[in-house]
Amino acid sequence: MDLRHHDVLPTAAERSAVDALLGVEAGDAPPAGFAAVRDARTLLLPALHALQSSVGWVSRGGLDYVCRRLGVPPAEAFGVASFYALFSLVQRPQAFAHVCDDIACTAAGAEKVCSELERKLGAPASGHAKTGTAHEDGAGHGPRWARSPCLGLCERAPAALVTIAGAEPKDCAFGAATASRIEAALAGSPPRIEEAYVASSGPRRLLARVGVADPASLAAYRAHRGYEALARAFELGAEGVLREVTESKLVGRGGAAFPTGRKWEAVARATARPHYVVCNADESEPGTFKDRVLLEGDPFAVVEAMTIAGYATGSQRGYLYLRGEYPLALERLSHAIESARAGGLLGANILGSGFAFDIELRRGAGAYICGEETALFNSIEGLRGEPRNKPPFPAQVGLFGRPTAVNNVETLVAVLDIVRDGAASYTSVGTAGSPGTKLFCVSGSVVRPGVYEVPFGTRLDALLALAGGVLPGKTMRTILLGGAAGGFVGRDQLSLPLSFEDTRKAGTTLGSGVVLVFDDETPMVPILRRIAAFFRDESCGQCIPCRVGTVRQEELLSRVVNGRSTLQGELPLLKDLGQVMRDASICGLGQTASSAIESAVALGLFEDER
Amino acid sequence: MNESSRGEVEFTLDGRSVKAREGETIHAACRSAGIDTPTLCWAENLTPVNVCRVCVVEVEGARVLAPSCSRKVEAGMVVHTDSPRVRSSRKLVLELLGSSVDMSLSTDFADYAKRYGAEPGRFGPRAQPSAAGVRESALPGHHEVGDGTRAATVGQPTKVDNDLFVRDYDKCMLCYKCVEACGSDAQNTFAIAVAGRGFDARIATEHETPLPDSACVFCGNCVGVCPTGALMFKAEHDLREAGKWDESKQTETDTICSYCGVGCVLTLRVQDNKIVRVTSPSDSSVTGGHLCVKGRFGFKFVEESPRAP
Repeated sequence: MDLRHHDVLPTAAERSAVDALLGVEAGDAPPAGFAAVRDARTLLLPALHALQSSVGWVSRGGLDYVCRRLGVPPAEAFGVASFYALFSLVQRPQAFAHVCDDIACTAAGAEKVCSELERKLGAPASGHAKTGTAHEDGAGHGPRWARSPCLGLCERAPAALVTIAGAEPKDCAFGAATASRIEAALAGSPPRIEEAYVASSGPRRLLARVGVADPASLAAYRAHRGYEALARAFELGAEGVLREVTESKLVGRGGAAFPTGRKWEAVARATARPHYVVCNADESEPGTFKDRVLLEGDPFAVVEAMTIAGYATGSQRGYLYLRGEYPLALERLSHAIESARAGGLLGANILGSGFAFDIELRRGAGAYICGEETALFNSIEGLRGEPRNKPPFPAQVGLFGRPTAVNNVETLVAVLDIVRDGAASYTSVGTAGSPGTKLFCVSGSVVRPGVYEVPFGTRLDALLALAGGVLPGKTMRTILLGGAAGGFVGRDQLSLPLSFEDTRKAGTTLGSGVVLVFDDETPMVPILRRIAAFFRDESCGQCIPCRVGTVRQEELLSRVVNGRSTLQGELPLLKDLGQVMRDASICGLGQTASSAIESAVALGLFEDER
Repeated sequence: MNESSRGEVEFTLDGRSVKAREGETIHAACRSAGIDTPTLCWAENLTPVNVCRVCVVEVEGARVLAPSCSRKVEAGMVVHTDSPRVRSSRKLVLELLGSSVDMSLSTDFADYAKRYGAEPGRFGPRAQPSAAGVRESALPGHHEVGDGTRAATVGQPTKVDNDLFVRDYDKCMLCYKCVEACGSDAQNTFAIAVAGRGFDARIATEHETPLPDSACVFCGNCVGVCPTGALMFKAEHDLREAGKWDESKQTETDTICSYCGVGCVLTLRVQDNKIVRVTSPSDSSVTGGHLCVKGRFGFKFVEESPRAP
């Protein structure tokens, strides 16, 4: 490999941001030797973040400097940088706003916020801009904001994320966004942090500490039964932990519902070494915010649960991959990891057990697809976030090609109670097929949007009643269950028990726990087109069915919205597209890109508009 | 692992019980069994990337179809290569591809489209090609929403930035072959990569640097593996532009490269006594189909006036 670099130098700020991450000793010297280059590649995403957050964009000089330091070919680094929505390859103002216009926020008036912002700040960044060129005066010009897919703040919709680059970058995400609140945040005065509304129908398990224990205090965590589960895990031994998790019948909460015990056992038994644990905190499914609430409200629980997963699967290293749009969670998790390390709860010989484990926090950069487990691995490895073909599955060939247990945040947190109190206690609530409790992200036209913990089998109408019911004066039209990759259900399905087996029987899905309520004043067809646009934007572009299928699906809906054709006329095409995306796409994104839209057709949501 | 230490596995292929080597792909087993499976992104001399999805087959018990080019056979597997579900997926994939990319120079595509009855025109008239630089400047996660009356394509002007080969990305189906040939599958130069995301994903140098200023060493191995004519010898491109490309007047001659002692096999395609394309057979034990800049493009001396005495 003979890398060709360019004669564009980094600025002092860019160089110091990258050096702060990679160290200054090596100077410009690239890593020597194959193993060093391979190992350095995993630092590409953090290095790009260092550039973006220090100067507000990824310049030619900055990118080239990163390539020299890491030994990464510039074309490949450019391919990675141009994959993520949070990296700008065009010089931008240092303060920049990402304004959510996704389904929950649109239903809550995001368009009004956007049009007011357009009047005050000018047009958003959209479509096209030439990469790499710096403005002569060195300052950022051009658009000061962009529209964004779901920011995971749906309970306080409409939402915005403001990033302020500099030596001490300041990012903030907030709900109840208005043009003036966004302007104030851009000027350096972000709104006060608000904690999410959480509630439950019975004793809290997953949410036990959220809003109760100070998320910044290890002592408070321990005072609220923190680290009892890890102590119990060491008593049980790794085999005992695997047994309890398997007997609890816990299944993954990220949407795919795979048995956690089976996954952990496969990793524990895999002969290749080392093993890895990955916490998938890249929560990006539109309408989903439960993991954010856990990460922000109970960060030590995630650290403890990852440690248990490491112990059970024979892994000494864990990666926590957090979506890039969660600044508060980033701050609290970083603090929790550092405190755990300082307290002897991460590192060598944890609690005197002889077991060593540590966690590295990695930040995503604006790509829904990186929530797909194998795309997530590629992202950590410094590659484009493109999903891999399965099989082989992560338990055999995962992160860095090694056996990997990858779990959703809520799944990991559920493990704490299972290990501490035993599988029998865990299965005492819920249904036979879906034991335990589940977090639901209730948003839209309800009185108290928030995260609700209820036992599996709770009826949909009971969950809605817990959230105060539909807003006064409004009538419910439909509910989106499971997110954009889920499906709509009608008013006649309110008695549906929320369990994996009952939703499957009803032809729908719990997905990531989204319960997004639409009233009859929200025009549904634009919502459906927004879902189609979301999948088009978030497709990685690797395989033809998804890359082109999501485009054709959006075009089809646009024709219907614009009155150029009728839904009836487009149905055969819609069905064909759905079928090929479901059957032939590489990963779950393409496979589910038509499911909400097809469910809306079945419910007749298109009909009484137009 | 050498071949003899691998076991054999038995599985069912289109109702027949067949044996295959352990670790072999379904596609390889199909070839041994005489089943013609369509492929576009697969090549004998490259690592399978399974992105075109035209080779998908149905494996009983699996929720979705499997790419035969990379899915390994397993004992007891029941595979259908021509079920209605497979045929329908292949047809749709070809339609989606044909509706968005200019596949006119791919004879394989034409054959497959006929075989599966693909109608790429069913998504409506094609949108106008983009102006130069427009696709390259798309922001990931953003696109301009149109009225849906025209089918978006990757249409754009041809990039001509050197005398050896052109890049007509109007014809790029994003099969990743050129990236693999430029990278660790052959050349290890890494001058190009996939950039951007989704429908705006494209093959690019860093910041769209022109090839002569990039790491490109002009080995032309990307041209050699391109299945759609998106990467093309400048000589061929110029003849086609002038309307003078005429396959009926062309011959192919195999020879050995005269530059060094490696002895690479060259296949020279000649029209009107001029070399218009140089390739190497992908099954050649010397080249594996790949050449260097001299063998690929250093043929001018053949056409020059007689050598000095």
